Amino acid sequence: MALVLLAAPLLTGLIRKVKARLQARRGASVLQPYRDLRRLLGKEVVLAENASWLFRTVPYLIFAFTWVAASLVPTFAAGLLFSWTGDLIAIIALLGAARFLLALAGMDVGTSFGGIGASREVMFASLAEPAMLMVILSLALIAGSTQLSTIAQFMLSPAAGLRVSLALALVAFVIVAIAENARIPVDNPATHLELTMVHEAMVLEYSGRHLAMIELAASLKLLLMISAIACIFFPFGLVIGAAEAGHYLVGLGAYGLKLAVAGTMLGIFEMSIAKMRVFRVPNLLGGALMLGLLATLLLFVSVGL
Amino acid sequence: MIVAVLICIFGLLGLGIAGVGLALRPLGRTVVYAAAAGLCGVIGLLALIGLGRAPSTILLPLGLPWVGAHLRLDALSSFFAFVVGVGGAGASVYALGYGRHEQAPQRVLPFYPVFLAGLFLVLLADDAFSFLFAWELMSLSSWALVVSHHREGDNVRAGYIYLLMAAFSGLMLLLGFGLLAGATGDYAFETMRAAHPSAGVAAFVLGLALLGAGSKAGLVPLHAWLPLAHPAAPSHVSALMSGVMTKVAVYAFVRIVFDLLGLPSWWSAVVVLALGGITAVLGVLYALMQHDLKRLLAYHTVENIGIIFIGLGLAMAFRANGFAIGAALALTAALFHVFNHAVFKSLLFFGAGAVLSATGERDMEHLGGLIHRMRISSFAFLIGCAAISALPPLNGFVSEWLTFQAILLRPGLPQWGLKIMIPSDGALLALAAALAAACFVKAYGVTYLGRPRTAAASNAGEVDKWSLSAMIGFAALCLLAGIFPGVMIDALAPVSQALLGARMPAQLALPWLSIIPVEASRSSYNGLLIFSFLAASTLLTVWAIHRFASRAVQRGPAWDCGFPDPSPATQYTADSFAQPIRRVFGTVVFRTHETVVMPPPGDVAPARIEKSSRDLIWETFYEPVARAVTATADTLNQLQFLTIRRYLAFVFLALVALLLALALWQ
Amino acid sequence: MGFSFDVAHMLAGLMVLAGLMMLYQDRLYPLLHVLALQAGLLAFSVAWQAHLQAAPHLYITAVIALLFKAAFIPWALRRMVFRLGIHREIEPVVGIGPTMLAGMGLVALSLEVMLPVTAQADPVARQDIALALSIVLIGLLLMVSRRNAVSQVVGFLAIDNGISLAATGAQGMPLVVEISVAFSILVAFIVIGVFLFRIRERFDTVDVAALHRFRGEQP
Repeated sequence: MALVLLAAPLLTGLIRKVKARLQARRGASVLQPYRDLRRLLGKEVVLAENASWLFRTVPYLIFAFTWVAASLVPTFAAGLLFSWTGDLIAIIALLGAARFLLALAGMDVGTSFGGIGASREVMFASLAEPAMLMVILSLALIAGSTQLSTIAQFMLSPAAGLRVSLALALVAFVIVAIAENARIPVDNPATHLELTMVHEAMVLEYSGRHLAMIELAASLKLLLMISAIACIFFPFGLVIGAAEAGHYLVGLGAYGLKLAVAGTMLGIFEMSIAKMRVFRVPNLLGGALMLGLLATLLLFVSVGL
Repeated sequence: MIVAVLICIFGLLGLGIAGVGLALRPLGRTVVYAAAAGLCGVIGLLALIGLGRAPSTILLPLGLPWVGAHLRLDALSSFFAFVVGVGGAGASVYALGYGRHEQAPQRVLPFYPVFLAGLFLVLLADDAFSFLFAWELMSLSSWALVVSHHREGDNVRAGYIYLLMAAFSGLMLLLGFGLLAGATGDYAFETMRAAHPSAGVAAFVLGLALLGAGSKAGLVPLHAWLPLAHPAAPSHVSALMSGVMTKVAVYAFVRIVFDLLGLPSWWSAVVVLALGGITAVLGVLYALMQHDLKRLLAYHTVENIGIIFIGLGLAMAFRANGFAIGAALALTAALFHVFNHAVFKSLLFFGAGAVLSATGERDMEHLGGLIHRMRISSFAFLIGCAAISALPPLNGFVSEWLTFQAILLRPGLPQWGLKIMIPSDGALLALAAALAAACFVKAYGVTYLGRPRTAAASNAGEVDKWSLSAMIGFAALCLLAGIFPGVMIDALAPVSQALLGARMPAQLALPWLSIIPVEASRSSYNGLLIFSFLAASTLLTVWAIHRFASRAVQRGPAWDCGFPDPSPATQYTADSFAQPIRRVFGTVVFRTHETVVMPPPGDVAPARIEKSSRDLIWETFYEPVARAVTATADTLNQLQFLTIRRYLAFVFLALVALLLALALWQ
Repeated sequence: MGFSFDVAHMLAGLMVLAGLMMLYQDRLYPLLHVLALQAGLLAFSVAWQAHLQAAPHLYITAVIALLFKAAFIPWALRRMVFRLGIHREIEPVVGIGPTMLAGMGLVALSLEVMLPVTAQADPVARQDIALALSIVLIGLLLMVSRRNAVSQVVGFLAIDNGISLAATGAQGMPLVVEISVAFSILVAFIVIGVFLFRIRERFDTVDVAALHRFRGEQP
């Protein structure tokens, strides 16, 4: 649990550094997010006059939900102590609960920007969740379980084989992950223009330690999605069951490498594509849903034969 | 056991008669509601005890002399009686406080206990005659409650449509029972269970059961009466109608299809799955377009009925393929959702009633900022919203998780129709769940959060303690059912054992109180541990922040990017919140169209945006029927204005025709 | 299932995916690129079949597919679009969402119909035939749901891709038949190209709705 908490800002810093380099800037150091968090924690909170108790408690709750979800995803070792308490559906539902609370907080102060962010966010979520479920269905059909450690174990075994449905499921998962984490082309995490914001519009009124918790929760969510993709589709180096210290070190190194590669690729991808119009995003997410459906149908063919 | 329950039911009927006299005195009202709450609570408890026992029957010498009234309390009836008991008790406790605002108590009080009695009697009936008698009693007493505020708005029309649909459902069920009774004409359920109808007759009976029970439950396209009638009734009755009466309709469907019909065929499961999926998505899309709070909740009931029917369809599919454990999982998921929906929908209607009595407004666009004025009821409403959006660790998540596990369970079914329908239903269920979360962010955000949009909203006050205690009680039930789901699953085991011959693995013996649908290697969920982790993380974070970070807070005007607008009219309204979803889904489903009228530059007239949408189901199914009936009635009306000679000619022709028929017969 | 099945399944599945991507496209040049991709996948699939069935004449079929269908025809179409100055955005009759759903429904339908029918055959052949039918149906849907004449040609060529996949999957189409089919496609293609030029010269447009009006059948 502590590992994901420490690694998340580093991942965010790496992505920003990659994007800066591609823009021919030097960019801030990869440790800058830690400094940002420390600075925000020390500042005083400025609350709107009509902000309610919900507005003040939501950052803590969002952080708790995201942290618990992130702890359920295997990072460098499967078979975590309490990994059986929640499967992939529970993880997605915990992230959905965090999003529900954030949308409510956006509506709380009664400004139009909060409403913009909340209404767009729930529209994206309504299309991303069925696509995610189709991916989970394909994985459950292949691996026989929705528990992440079991899926990882299955993928490591030779029974997995080369399957086109896995490739389609991977593409669909990546599209959903981009939508859920508010990255380009769905939403711009670094925009200063209010009318292009979705996630930023909901947190517009937050400041100080509240904002620090929400930013950390967002970094944690990105780390969670990347860890899930790595654990399901690229489980090399994952330690299964009990092993010696050497294996754990190898697992940690493999995990760090996967995070670095994923972060770099995400940065390059964000730099090479423009943000989509809001009403073109349903086409993209609909495409992810179709990919998931196609993966399931193709699986019915190959499993049923 | 059944005798005790019957005594309570007769008590309720007696309360109804007493209510005629007691209605005009405030103490009388309290007595009636308190006694109703007590009786419902007792029945609920008796039902809970009766779940584990063998079925008990009784034959009363009432009704038709050669049939009598067979009554039976078995596992399925006990579970639904428990749900009705909990719902009824909660609504009665709520009504102790809410009923003080009732303008015409003599129109509500006599019918309320009779409605409750009708609900219980449907569950106990063991032959077609007493079933239909109780069904009609339930429909008529609820109709009387729907038109109790007959001078307000459109309530009379709502009651009229409700009465038509109730008569339709009764007719369909009557025909279904007639087919089941067959040539022997024996209407007792025992004989129907033993007889095995042919495949054609079984298909007809299933169709009639879907039409009859489905129209009462709210399956698309027979749902049109629901969003008209449920909001028209007083709030505690709306809670009962949405939360409990629709479940009794689900009971009717389960009883006919799973108990009386025997083994279903796989394509009937496809039909039920398709109807369930379409109902779920259409219900929540309709709900998203509403800005009347109670109508939004009523459309949402349609969505949850769809989810329950998806579970029932899965149970039928697995049963048709002999996969009993999967059928037990799907049936348990559906029945768990029955209980959950009764609890959180009642809670939400109580909240809507609290808002209505505090502000006099039902329209969300005239509310706002109520979280500051109505602290406790807004917290309970929030729990209800979170529960209905299937957020962990509350109970809505557990029943949807179980339904998803049933969908993911076994793709190796041989029929291709099922192979394609089940994943499609999974996608539709996920879409409905995500849209439900969107719908309730809108409902809570526009009603309770933000700034007050009218004077009524800024002058609201908290409601009385009876209403609050009912709401808090149900909110606590939502949390408990989410944290200890194994209790409910084990309680449902006798039901699935009796109907399907199989049950889910025993849950309460598992370590840490997890639930495991099929086997541990497949998936598991632990509500208690997730809740504890969430609580621990929150407390740890709060402690760490308050220890190491700054604790200063300063109040100021809202930032709003530097353009704060003092007018609350610049906030998002319910319609504007739903606009992205309306653009994505509404253009296809409702043919929504937005026209913008922009005045030319220099003109001081305001720009206008108008949105139009059509209810395609009403236009396709209901209006043609209404037009045809009116046309036929107009034509037949000519018979009223004939001369005496024409009437005599009718009599003469009828006599001649009968004599001719007699001659030809011989 | 072995590795050979997995590769054949992957290639056929990617061809279906390419067909669905054709339904998603709303601009002409990417549509032609996806057509080239589908034909390229067809070539690989036929080559894999040649390897599995140990039938060397199928390698020639694969080379024909690669040269003609994946390279020459998309290039020729691209030149035609450029020279005719055809409006480069394609308007679908219904929206993109319902069209994609219809495409998925067609895939499900062809699986539902073909898999039970071929129950006796070898698994690679079964999945090739079922997925080939879905490619044919998606090509037909493309022809029906677009207003632009060039996209109708593309749909027709997608149908041909599907038929080739089915024929090679069924283990036994002689080389002569394949070459004659390819030549007849080429001839049809040349005729269509000539007519498109003539229509464009005469009426200044290749929008089929306009052409219908010019025929005098509609007021």
